[in-house]
Amino acid sequence: MANVIRRQTPLARLGRMALYATLILAALFYLLPLVVMLLTSIKPLEEIRAGSLLALPLAPTLEPWAKAWGEACTGMRCEGIGGYFWNSFAIVIPAVLISTLIGALNGYALTQWRFKGSELLFALMLFGCFIPFQVVLLPMAQTLGWLGLASSRAGLILVHVVFGIAFTTLFFRNFYVAVPRELVAAAKLDGAGFFRIFWRILLPVSAPILVVSVIWQFTQIWNDFLFGVAFSGHDTQPVTVALNNLVNTSTGVKEYNVDMAAAMIAALPTLVVYVLAGKYFVRGLTAGSVKG
Amino acid sequence: MSALEINEVRKTFGNTEVLKEVSLAIESGEFLILVGPSGCGKSTLMNAIAGLEPVTSGEIRIAGRDVTWCTPAERDIAMVFQSYALYPSMTVRQNIAFGLEMRKMPRGEREAAVERVADLLQISHLLERKPSQLSGGQRQRVAMGRALAREPQVYLFDEPLSNLDAKLRVDMRTEIKKLHQRLGTTIVYVTHDQIEAMTLADRIAVMRDGEILQLGTPEAIYNDPVNRFVAEFMGSPSMNLIEATLEGDAGQGYRLRIATPGEDDLCLPWPRPTEALASRVGQRVLLGLRPEHFAEHDARLDEAAQGAPFSARVSVAEPTGADILLRLPLGTGEVTARVGPRCPAVPGERLALRIDLERAVLFDGESEQRLA
Repeated sequence: MANVIRRQTPLARLGRMALYATLILAALFYLLPLVVMLLTSIKPLEEIRAGSLLALPLAPTLEPWAKAWGEACTGMRCEGIGGYFWNSFAIVIPAVLISTLIGALNGYALTQWRFKGSELLFALMLFGCFIPFQVVLLPMAQTLGWLGLASSRAGLILVHVVFGIAFTTLFFRNFYVAVPRELVAAAKLDGAGFFRIFWRILLPVSAPILVVSVIWQFTQIWNDFLFGVAFSGHDTQPVTVALNNLVNTSTGVKEYNVDMAAAMIAALPTLVVYVLAGKYFVRGLTAGSVKG
Repeated sequence: MSALEINEVRKTFGNTEVLKEVSLAIESGEFLILVGPSGCGKSTLMNAIAGLEPVTSGEIRIAGRDVTWCTPAERDIAMVFQSYALYPSMTVRQNIAFGLEMRKMPRGEREAAVERVADLLQISHLLERKPSQLSGGQRQRVAMGRALAREPQVYLFDEPLSNLDAKLRVDMRTEIKKLHQRLGTTIVYVTHDQIEAMTLADRIAVMRDGEILQLGTPEAIYNDPVNRFVAEFMGSPSMNLIEATLEGDAGQGYRLRIATPGEDDLCLPWPRPTEALASRVGQRVLLGLRPEHFAEHDARLDEAAQGAPFSARVSVAEPTGADILLRLPLGTGEVTARVGPRCPAVPGERLALRIDLERAVLFDGESEQRLA
C-alpha cells in the first residue's frame, strides 16, 4: 500500500510479512486441486499407484490426454470425449449469442423505451435468476416434447437461452439505465427507429457489459450438467455429461490419469475464457455510466 | 401562418397537472424563450413539442401541419440538449451526418452539409474526433452543428448552455444570437437563466406551475410585469418590492405611505392613477422598484425632474466596477439601489437619493397581480 503514509517500523514490517505469507499459503492451498489434477494427468498409471499424490512425474507422458480425447470409454462407446467437447461448443456458442442478444434488447427496451409496468416486468424477470433448475425439469421436458425438440441440440439451446435471459437482461438493464435518455431522444429526433438506435448508438458502447454477459453465460452453460443429462440424446450430450460417464465407466482398470486429463479438457475452455477476458469482466461489472 | 402553434396543450402525470392548457404561437424566424423555475413545466412543454412525450390533450402544429400524434422524426425539428447527447461511438463527422443519413440524403450532399455547418461553427478541424476528445464548448458546437445540418422547421434548445463555465456561456450566448440573426431560424429555447432570456429572445414566455404567466418582448416582461412573480424572476439584482399603504383618491391623486422602523413615514405621490386603484385605498399594496429606479440626488438638476426625494442610512455598499449596489432600509426590509460608480456612499451614513416613480409598478398586496 504505497498510498498509505506510515512509518516503517520493524514491527510493522514483520506484520506485513506475516500477512503476505498467509495470503500466499491460502493461494497455494486453493491451487492444490488443480496441481494434483495436472500432475496426475501426465503420470503413467504405475507411478500413480506407487507414488504420492503430490510427487512430480518421473516419466511425464501425454498419453492419458490422448486417450481421454479419442479412446476412453464413456458408457458403451469408446471414442473419448473429443466428440462431446465439440458438442458442447455447438450448444454453448448459439445459446450464449442468442441469450446475450435477447438480454441486450430487453435491457434496452426496459430502460430507454419505458412503458407502463416496465419496472414490474423487470422485477418479475429477476425472479428467473432464482428459480432452481430442478423445478423446471419436468415441465421443460414436456414442453420440449411438444415442440418436437426432445433430445436435440436445438432443444438444449432453447433451455439454456430461456434460463439465461433473466441474467443477461439484468446485466444489460443495469448497464443501459446509466445511459442518458437524451442520447436516445436525440437519435429519435434524427429519425432512427428502435432497432437502428440499438444497433448504431447503444451496442457500440456496450463492450464492457457484452464481455460480462458472454463470460457469465459461457461458464454457466458450459458447466451445466443437469440440463445436459436430462434433455440431451446420445449424440448431443455435452462434455460434462460425457465426463461423468467416462469417470463412472466400471469396466477394466480405473485409469485415474485419463479421468484427470478428461476433467482438464472439460474445464479448459472456461479457464481460457477467464484468462483472456477476466480483467474485462471485472471492469464491466464495475462500469457505470457512459461518458459522452 | 405560424411556424409553431400550440393550442390548449395539457399534460398530466397521474393526478399532477404539469401543463395547464398552454397556448402560444411563434412566427417563422422568431426566437422564443421559455423561462421559469425548475418544475414549472418548461421542459415538459419542450418535450411535447419534440414529440418525446405525448400530450394529454390539445394540439401542436408545425408550419400549419397538425403533428400532435406524429413521431419526433416526422415533425421536422432538431433539438440541442443540455447534456449535448452526442453519440459516443461516432466521430464528430458521423454525429453531424447521422440525421441526414437516417433521412436518406445521398452521401455527396451529406458530406457537403457537414462541411457547411463545420465551417459555420468553426469545428472543421474536429471532424475526425470522438466526443470524448472534445472540450465542453466544442461538444456544444457539435451539438448545434448536428441540429443545423438538418435545416428543420423549428429548432429546440433545452438549456444548452447550463453545463458550460461562466465565460464560455457568455461567448456561446453571443454566438447563438449571431447565428440566429444570420440564418433567421425559428428557435424555441428553454432556460432558467433570466439573463439568457433577456439577451437572446424576441419574445419571452415566463412559466410557473404549468402555466404561461406572461408572454411578451423582453422589454415588456422587464418593464411591465403582470404580477409579482414575473417582476421578481426577471432582472438581476431582482426588483425591490416594498409594502406600502395606498392613500388619497382619484381626484386629488394617490399617495403611497411606506413605514420604515426607526424612520419617519415616507409618502410618495403615485404618478399614474388607474381605475383599479380606487377600490384599494387604505389597503396594503406592493411597490415594485428596480435597483436602477433609484438615483443619486443631483443638486445641479431641477428638483421636479429628478423624481421623489428619499434619504436613508446606507447599510452596505457593493462596488461592481461599472456601478455601486447599495443596501438601504426601506419599508419592513432592505432595498437594493444601483447608483453611479462615483457616488460618495459611506456605510452607516445617510445618503440623499431620488426615486423614479414614473417607471415603478404597483401590485395588489393579496393577489400580487399588477394594479398600475
